[in-house]
Amino acid sequence: MSSHAIELKRATAAYDGSPVLSDVSLSIPAGHFAGIIGPSGAGKTTLLRVMLGLAPHVEGLVTVDGQRVRPDRPPQGVGYVPQVGTIDWTFPVSVENVVMMGIVRSASRLPWASRQERRRVAETLERLGLEGLGGRHIRDLSGGQQQRAFLARALIGNPRVLILDEPTASVDIKTRDDILHLLAELNRAGATIVMTTHELNSLAAHLPWVVCVNAGIVAQGPPSAVFNDVTMSKTFNAEMRVLVDDQTGALLVAEAGSHRPFSLTLDAPLPDVA
Amino acid sequence: MDFFTDPLRYEFFQHGLIVATLVGALCGLMGVYIILRKMSYIGHGLSHSIFGGAVVAYVLNWNFYIGAGLWGFLSALLINATARRRNLGADAAIGIVTTASFALGVAIISKERTFTRNFEAALFGNILGVTRQDIAIIAAVFAAVLLAVFLGYRQLLFTTFDPEIARVYGVRTGWVDAAFALALAATVVVSMNIVGVTLIAAAIVIPPSTARLMTNSFGPLVVLSTLIGASIGAIGMFLSFEFDIASGAAIVLLGMAVFSVVFAVTGLQHWLQRRSHLGGAAAEGSERPRHAPVPVGLMAHDDH
Repeated sequence: MSSHAIELKRATAAYDGSPVLSDVSLSIPAGHFAGIIGPSGAGKTTLLRVMLGLAPHVEGLVTVDGQRVRPDRPPQGVGYVPQVGTIDWTFPVSVENVVMMGIVRSASRLPWASRQERRRVAETLERLGLEGLGGRHIRDLSGGQQQRAFLARALIGNPRVLILDEPTASVDIKTRDDILHLLAELNRAGATIVMTTHELNSLAAHLPWVVCVNAGIVAQGPPSAVFNDVTMSKTFNAEMRVLVDDQTGALLVAEAGSHRPFSLTLDAPLPDVA
Repeated sequence: MDFFTDPLRYEFFQHGLIVATLVGALCGLMGVYIILRKMSYIGHGLSHSIFGGAVVAYVLNWNFYIGAGLWGFLSALLINATARRRNLGADAAIGIVTTASFALGVAIISKERTFTRNFEAALFGNILGVTRQDIAIIAAVFAAVLLAVFLGYRQLLFTTFDPEIARVYGVRTGWVDAAFALALAATVVVSMNIVGVTLIAAAIVIPPSTARLMTNSFGPLVVLSTLIGASIGAIGMFLSFEFDIASGAAIVLLGMAVFSVVFAVTGLQHWLQRRSHLGGAAAEGSERPRHAPVPVGLMAHDDH
């Protein structure tokens, strides 16, 4: 069996005949923590969908956790956290209902949860700091709690591979840090983690492995190897500079300002701020 | 008491009462999944489509239930496939598939005018013609749908909530959708004779919409909607007898009245709750909104 948790060989994905990703070859070793970066529309989410068997037209070879993935044949043992923007928040489900969905494959045939299933849900919620919130409607949680509720759904089945689509979008800095610490902990426990993100400096630069995507793979490797002017500019279709913080040694990606200057002017005078 | 006892002396009414209750419960149960899939119009569309199938079955001398049911099942599958695969949306898919099928039925009727009267019952509902065979078929469909929902409750819930993610977690959504289409077609076929093609959408949409105003939890929503549908079906039959109006119309008008009352009462409750909440907040000197607005810079990205 391959030591790679995720492997794509010359994969091409298309929607309605239009290719979104072309000739993608990618190997993520088991136990890695990889971030996928790229501009909007670059194909980051499509790349995740290819790994999950959700992309409709895929050519090439896709293997996840040793299983051959084809459209409409998702791999087993994989947890997935979609973008929260895709969730129907008016749907009448509680947090417990949502988390329970994560074990739908192994759950009993009865409509109601067994005592053991309830205990499992309670333990997962507690692990994510959501204890006591199982009975709440999903809309009644804060943004960070909602994100963690869907993370709980992904984790309750103890997945070997965890795939997340912008798990830190729409959350505050503290919640983002909490989520990343939790993911790091899961990664240390052996889970392979792949996530997309738009946050370059605060997140991607601190990951052990980064995949740069722009209709294909532009580069992949540790941030020290891929965070450079050429790769970043090619990935984001804009002039980018990578700087090194003198004090911390951290990598910082910045726009080089080649685009049209942007500023706002106000007609009305600004109010006095006490 | 005469309101309840008088009609029960007639066998045709007893039959009608049984089927109206079963059909009401069935529509209420299926309606939950239909409104949550945002396919409220499907009952209306599918009944029109099945009307076309019923005409074709008549012409080919097939059994009504088999011909109309098969036609409805295929129409529901076609609607699902069209809506999901071609990014058309459920409303457009329903409009295209069902009106075409209805038009086919109308075309055949206009060609073969001899059986026009037989389809009046299908269009407007006819409780007088309910036979013991009808009761047995409706009871069997209700029992089968109830059993399917019971055994597939979790898969159906997940597929309704998010069909794509359900696939990732091992739900065979293709099979769930096919089973749902079959159940929906069977529901519409057996309901047609009671409420009629023209009113079936209301029978499917009103009970779950009423129940939705009363609860925010999925399990209670399913139970409430089924009970409301059954109650409206039964009481609607008594009203139909008392006021000598078509059974379908009586059931739908009663449903609308119940929905209006629940809408008004729950609206008043929310208003009172909000008022007391605002009063409490004002007393504490707090003006913090209940839901903090999302900063524009942190909105989720819509990526491919």
